[in-house]
Amino acid sequence: MTAGALDSSRIIYEEKLRGGQMWSRVVRRGQALRVTDVEGGASVAALFYNAADPLERYNMADTLKAQYTARLTTGYVLYSDMGRILMSVIEDSCGWHDTITGIMSAALAEKRYGKGGYQELRNDFHRNSRDNFLIELGKYGLGKRDIVANVNLFTKVTADTEGKLDWVPGNSRAGAFVDLRAEMDVLVVLSNTPHPLDPAKSYAPKPVALTVFRALPVAADDVCRKKRPENERGFELTRRYFE
Amino acid sequence: MTTLVFTESRLDPAKSRHDEVLPAGKGWSHVVRAGQVFRIVDLEGNQAVDTLFYSAADPSERYSAVDTIREQGGIYLTTGTALLSTEGNVLLQIVADTCGRHDTLGGACAVESNQVRYAIDKKFMHNCRDNFLLELAKYGQGMTKRDLPSNINFFMNVPVTSDGGLSFEDGVSAPGRYVEMRAEQDVLVLISNCPQLNNPCNAYNPTPVRLLVWDAG
Repeated sequence: MTAGALDSSRIIYEEKLRGGQMWSRVVRRGQALRVTDVEGGASVAALFYNAADPLERYNMADTLKAQYTARLTTGYVLYSDMGRILMSVIEDSCGWHDTITGIMSAALAEKRYGKGGYQELRNDFHRNSRDNFLIELGKYGLGKRDIVANVNLFTKVTADTEGKLDWVPGNSRAGAFVDLRAEMDVLVVLSNTPHPLDPAKSYAPKPVALTVFRALPVAADDVCRKKRPENERGFELTRRYFE
Repeated sequence: MTTLVFTESRLDPAKSRHDEVLPAGKGWSHVVRAGQVFRIVDLEGNQAVDTLFYSAADPSERYSAVDTIREQGGIYLTTGTALLSTEGNVLLQIVADTCGRHDTLGGACAVESNQVRYAIDKKFMHNCRDNFLLELAKYGQGMTKRDLPSNINFFMNVPVTSDGGLSFEDGVSAPGRYVEMRAEQDVLVLISNCPQLNNPCNAYNPTPVRLLVWDAG
């Protein structure tokens, strides 16, 4: 099998997301979600909640400081604000997913791309991640208060010694994918719209493919568990929540 | 090499309308009105002051760390930084800073994150989120953990390395350093004067800070 190939018996279903589209699903404990950048250059904003109690949600700061990282790739986990692990990055062919630069709003999109309403563009209208999140979260009784600092899959933004940010072009190539294994039942909310630091002048978000599949059991030498002693404790605290 | 720029204020503490010393480990909340100027003084040096801001008129609009850093193109907060809300509005503008750099990535300590970061038996220790939750409960608007987004850590130094690492560096603050900001709308200020004893962010010694408010000049 080629790198990243999944045995078809493990695949629960596959779905394509057009540029601009949003998505949500409860990814059950033991399942995983693969997001594939079909053409290269995609950016997918993501939020994560404990499906059983969405007051428990992804926490950027706790994720970063527990693992001494500002980027996500294989081995890192997504911490909730309750000291537990929502999802683990078990495989990643991209190498850098952003955690610190947020999403675009309708106002920012209009400033960048000009007007792009439904009346003129029908379903190619300029969607933005803040509105997409509000729509998708509303289906679960969630809203503005629940939009926290998010993950931007396939986006790389560096900071220099003065703290200055730099959006890096070409971070994600065609076929790049990331596998997120659910460590509890996780409400995953995705918005496939351009990253606000992407300097492109026209609105042209790229398609992505989603694959929900059965993950392999968490092994004793699991790459995420062994990444840091903090993660060992995170897995233990998550186990105590269930058992 | 890093360059820190210091900007001093001309405001006279004797003319402030509010002036109090907040002991180490205590929470605080206060509404600062549009046009008023708010100053935090690091009395003994390298004290982390965990801070959140909300629109007083509608607290569902609140400080957004990621919008603030993205729109200014940099991760550190200092003079000139517009502290942006989740709706893209300016809550406050930093107008003076004798520390030169403040963090907004490191978040606040909590019982649960302390267990992950240090040891599972650290559950008994006082922490910033407890202060935040108690102040929100006192504020009486039904606000809860749902209303605790990523905060600011005034006087803390948390660089991002070129390969994407996060490091907690020695503080760049010192006794008497301060940061001052002007409210651009009525804002609820929520503070926890950090009680963390497990890492060197406070040199293992949390200390008091001084909080001042001046009326619009």
